[in-house]
Amino acid sequence: MHLVVYLPLLLPVVAAAAARPLADRLPPASATWLLAASAIALAGASSAVLGLLALTALVRIPLAAAIGHWSLHVVSSNDPTSLPVALAACVLLAVAGGIACRALWRRGSALIAAGRQARRLPGTGKVVITDDEAADAYTLPGWPCRIVVTSGMMRALSQPERRVLLAHERAHAAWFHYLFTTAARLAAAANPLLRPVASAVGYTVERWADERAAAITGDRPLAARAIARAALATTAAPPRRSGPAAVLGAVTRAPSMRGAGPVPRRVAALMGPPPRPRLLLLAAVVLLVAVSGVSALEAARDLHALLEYARAASTSPHPSGT
Amino acid sequence: MRDEAGPTRRAAGELEAAVLAVLQAAESALSPGEVRDQIGGDLAYTTVVTILSRLYAKGVLERHKAGRAYVYTPVADEPGLAARRMARVLDAEPDREAVLARFVSGLSGTDEELLRRMLGEPSGQADS
Repeated sequence: MHLVVYLPLLLPVVAAAAARPLADRLPPASATWLLAASAIALAGASSAVLGLLALTALVRIPLAAAIGHWSLHVVSSNDPTSLPVALAACVLLAVAGGIACRALWRRGSALIAAGRQARRLPGTGKVVITDDEAADAYTLPGWPCRIVVTSGMMRALSQPERRVLLAHERAHAAWFHYLFTTAARLAAAANPLLRPVASAVGYTVERWADERAAAITGDRPLAARAIARAALATTAAPPRRSGPAAVLGAVTRAPSMRGAGPVPRRVAALMGPPPRPRLLLLAAVVLLVAVSGVSALEAARDLHALLEYARAASTSPHPSGT
Repeated sequence: MRDEAGPTRRAAGELEAAVLAVLQAAESALSPGEVRDQIGGDLAYTTVVTILSRLYAKGVLERHKAGRAYVYTPVADEPGLAARRMARVLDAEPDREAVLARFVSGLSGTDEELLRRMLGEPSGQADS
């Protein structure tokens, strides 16, 4: 197999480095689709390549060669993959497979537990207000999703800010955002290099819901303020009651977001204009994923050709090419 | 500008949530008029009455006759119990945090400072 086989193993590094800048620049809905789909495709391609490399070790086992009727000599003299590399691929594939299965199991059982709880919540409405002093709000994944808001959170926000919160959580529920984050998390479990991509998807679904809430209320500063105040309400120290003077407009430009966590970044993003579509960036990511897929296919074709050749050699009395 | 859409075009669930929050925050039973005053904005009295009756029909609220009108209270801690039960069950799941789409995630100390600055609030614990 050619060196091109290693490309799908390296491209996730590029994707990992690009994930956060993409999450910040692209419109959040397209960023979510793009990053989640890319994570799945890149994880698929890299796992396929590991599988192919592992196969090159397996085909050198005499028993396998005997069963498959191919010439061991032809295989080992024509395959550029060295045996240690092939064996390393076997180990990596087994480890990644194990981690992915565990992640699938954990996420699956968490989703099932959440769905069961979503059905058990009182009432039939989508939104459930729970009597709880701690300020908190979340969407329980399920079919349908349920939105839980504590009375503490309700009290911490003004009426227009509550509308932002509910519009945000409704967006999570309407677009089944948990499916995107789950897909990206599983891809990252299969290939740990993709972890930054999975975190970026976690961020872009929040941004997606933020932008929906801003669009529905028609007031970006209001949406930004609601998020900031809700976040401060959830921290141990409750926010000071500073009255209507606490407006985000007091700061004309968002401070530097270097090293800032997701919540300040979301607030800053809402203080600016909505992100515009960037076709060039989109195209670059699609190209990256396509290169990865084509390389994996190429590697598969190489291995197939090699085995065909070795099989032909084993059936003819004088193997050519030796 | 934000309220020009009027109450009729607001999602019904949103209003129900707001009304319920007001009642849960209240010390005592509230009449429709008091609920409307606490929510503020442009809600019509009849809208509030409709929402209250709907919530009552759902079994979320209790009501008693007080003079000519009803006063409403949230049904005893049923939702709170449900929430605590839920927290317990989900706490057992290793992926709990990941499946809940939280409105806001936890803040680091610097994030908190940054947010207070962005809100134009006096910052930090220094002055308290």
